[in-house]
Amino acid sequence: MAEKVTTWLDERLGITAIYNTVLDRKVPKVNWWYTLGSATLFLFALQVVTGMFLTVYYVPSPDHAYDSVQYIMNEVSFGWLIRGIHHWGATLMVIFIFLHMLRTFYFAAYKYPREITWMTGVILLLATLGMGFTGYLLPWNQRAYWATTVGTEIPGTAPFIGEFLTRVMRGGSELSAVTLARFFSVHIWFLPAIIILLISIHMYLVIRIGISSVPKKDD
Amino acid sequence: MAEPNKLERRDFVKVVTVVLGSIMGAVIAIPAIGYLLSPAASVQKKESWISLGPLENYPVMLPTLFTFVQTTINGWEKTSNSYGVYVVRYDESTQKVFSNKCTHLSCRVTWREEPQDFHCPCHDGSFNIEGQVVSGPPPAPLVEYGNKVEEGILYFYFSKG
Repeated sequence: MAEKVTTWLDERLGITAIYNTVLDRKVPKVNWWYTLGSATLFLFALQVVTGMFLTVYYVPSPDHAYDSVQYIMNEVSFGWLIRGIHHWGATLMVIFIFLHMLRTFYFAAYKYPREITWMTGVILLLATLGMGFTGYLLPWNQRAYWATTVGTEIPGTAPFIGEFLTRVMRGGSELSAVTLARFFSVHIWFLPAIIILLISIHMYLVIRIGISSVPKKDD
Repeated sequence: MAEPNKLERRDFVKVVTVVLGSIMGAVIAIPAIGYLLSPAASVQKKESWISLGPLENYPVMLPTLFTFVQTTINGWEKTSNSYGVYVVRYDESTQKVFSNKCTHLSCRVTWREEPQDFHCPCHDGSFNIEGQVVSGPPPAPLVEYGNKVEEGILYFYFSKG
């Protein structure tokens, strides 16, 4: 019976074909350094899930942002756990991306035909740093406020357009409710959308081209 | 061939997978469900006995206003509402506690020495010292709260409407 159902579904969905291409593809004999990409992907999924849970109680408004975070930490069951995972997961994700890139760089895996995989990876690194930067403001405590004050002043040092860039980031000349709202929006909508799109391209290329083997002495 | 009672290696692996998988699933699911459901566990009390202070502070046959603020906390939001009640002592041992809300459109009534009524400024409603409607649009007498005296202290049973 179960076999009949799976055959019926497989005929229509082609799951076996997907399984064979994605998970049963041929890979060279590699080592633990090759797991860093998957580890990063797992951390991203963890950030998405814990982030979704945090938005259940978090309010991106100066009146309530700090209080809602305190509420998550002190009142909601396991709120400390969900926020803790999101907090430490963010740091871990940056570290894992960095290690993943080091592996790719030292094994020369960015070369032909994998240049586009590398390029999307570089943008993914930048987008992840953007996630860290925008997420840092959201608790709306002293550290968040002043870190963002400094962070938005840095592009202000650019010649000619610097001041304008600062105003774009802050949504005005001062750090305000507008800043908090746009950082929240970028943090939960724009950057995740970009990251998911780039991860799709990145992984499509990994599956299409296959992974590089460990370089040998005569390579 | 394995002996009939002996656990096969494959079966052992299956059992271990199911047990460990269930534990891991529970470790993930319990915090997730608890997190989402936890605000539902808090039930706010809508009724309580509130102290009005010593009974002797209230003069006989002179309705006296008592005001108080109640604060409710919902998650990260605090709401403070102010309420008022009139304490009316008819003699040394009988007293009533009325809401100062007019039963017409919830304006606040005030006691007037002359002509001895609770008067609502909004539509000229008027209640006597017993809280009964004397004139104007109010459809019902003033809301009365239950009261008790314990060791000389007057309490009333407040319920949010």
